[in-house]
Amino acid sequence: MIIRQLSVFLENKTGRLTEITGILAEHGIDISAFSIADSTDFGILRMITSDPGLAETVLKAQGFAVKITDVACLVVPHVPGGLHKALRLLSEHGVAIDYMYAYATGDNAVVVIRADSLEKMIRVLEEHGEKFLEPGGDNP
Amino acid sequence: MIWNQHIECMSREAMRSLQAQRLRETVNRIHTHVPFYRQQLQQAGIRPEDIKTVDDLQHLPFTTKLDLRDNYPFGLFAAPQQDVVRLHASSGTTGKSTVVGYTHNDILMWSEVVARSLAMADVNRNDIIQVAYGYGLFTGGLGLHYGAEKIGASVIPISVGNTKKQLQLMQDFGSTILTCTPSYASFLGEAIREAGIERSRLRLRAGIFGAEPWTAEMRKEIEELLAIQAFDIYGLSEVIGPGVSMECPMQNGLHVFEDHFIPEIIDPDTCEVLPYGELGELVFTSVTKEALPLIRYRTRDLTRLHADVCECGRTLVRMEKCVGRSDDMLIIRGVNVFPSQVESVLMEMNETKPHYLLIVDREHNLDTLEIQVEVEDQFFSDEVGELEALQQRIHQNIQSMLGISARIKLVEPRTIERSAGKAQRVIDNRKL
Repeated sequence: MIIRQLSVFLENKTGRLTEITGILAEHGIDISAFSIADSTDFGILRMITSDPGLAETVLKAQGFAVKITDVACLVVPHVPGGLHKALRLLSEHGVAIDYMYAYATGDNAVVVIRADSLEKMIRVLEEHGEKFLEPGGDNP
Repeated sequence: MIWNQHIECMSREAMRSLQAQRLRETVNRIHTHVPFYRQQLQQAGIRPEDIKTVDDLQHLPFTTKLDLRDNYPFGLFAAPQQDVVRLHASSGTTGKSTVVGYTHNDILMWSEVVARSLAMADVNRNDIIQVAYGYGLFTGGLGLHYGAEKIGASVIPISVGNTKKQLQLMQDFGSTILTCTPSYASFLGEAIREAGIERSRLRLRAGIFGAEPWTAEMRKEIEELLAIQAFDIYGLSEVIGPGVSMECPMQNGLHVFEDHFIPEIIDPDTCEVLPYGELGELVFTSVTKEALPLIRYRTRDLTRLHADVCECGRTLVRMEKCVGRSDDMLIIRGVNVFPSQVESVLMEMNETKPHYLLIVDREHNLDTLEIQVEVEDQFFSDEVGELEALQQRIHQNIQSMLGISARIKLVEPRTIERSAGKAQRVIDNRKL
């Protein structure tokens, strides 16, 4: 259930993101989801990739500060109320979400979630019939 | 006006002879009362009676800021505690500040040299002098205060800050003289302009500014903003405080009150004494101080000395405005900052590596300090809040160590340039 997300520290400078996407492309690493969290001074790029271990190695070799963080990718039906149902469950069970980002294609939407207790979150949602992407199956 | 005609216009020979006599007394004093100096002289194989003339000064060992720190707080004092009537401490701290002490006679001497300084700007008993230097452990405020009282001027001991009140009293009391750091003078000038205060409501005619480096351009700007003549005063707490030297109306250098402080210029690398006119590090020996006489104190300020008679009539040696430092000390808003202090804050935090860069700038006439710190893999959190909290912790630790507020900028690893030799730790954009 747990998927390894790659986080990269970025200064707010033009061209830095392009350098990262270039490095990943050269190594045949596919990005299936990403988000950038930013403050006034810096940004944090978070990505779900086809090979987080290789991505970490190659980006570190280029001098980036990189961190692997465990997240879970929840799959919800792409219909009104699909996400709401899952989030309500988490809130009812006291699971705090640190951050999340999502994308929707076709029938389903995938929500990348980082929470204070990932295991509890997964257990709660699975007990209620919610689905997650399996590791290695990053590309829905 | 010349406050002390006898001393300030004395012949060079008479001055050398006065200095020699006072130097001998001081060497005896430190040999008798300061174990540190007794040991220093022994190691150098010098007996107090070997020091006869000012030329013999070059045989004596140097004193550095580190010696003051190593003997913190009172180890270099040459007077018993009951004779010490005042303690000041410098702001430049790496854990410990530099403590200086004064006897009653030291305070009288200090008042004398500040009175001479003020007289150079033609300050007299009819003047109202607004002392906007900080009072307290910093020597600026009280130093100017006592000198102004000695002259008989009316002193407004307002200290630094509270700009609104500064402007109010300046108008209501009719201040004629302003003393503060040049950056605060410039700040006050801007504030006057912004408040739309008419020049006719101010009686200011001169300003006496020091405690930080300032350029000829800055002088011009302050003179225009405040419609005054701006004078440069120099001093450091280890020697006495403000009033070690001061500019006369000729403004071609600062006259050193060398009957109390003997200046030398040395090559900072070889420590060899350089002749008049050559650029090097300024060194002072205080020859009348009772509480804390220092022998050949290395100021780290780079300048030149000139011994020709000034057009103002004074024969006192003149020093040029300091052109820089022989160490890496920065003076930011009047506070001494060493890059190594920033390094030790970062090292102690255990959350950052000591890869940092200080960027100093001057915005709206106030110095700004940005500290760039590299984010290392092991301290990188992928949550914005945690990185911001790290920035905040660095900011607070720097503030409590240096007493100044710095902007902390986190940068990517290995983006601060490494060099094989001395690391480039500072970019000073102030063009001082």
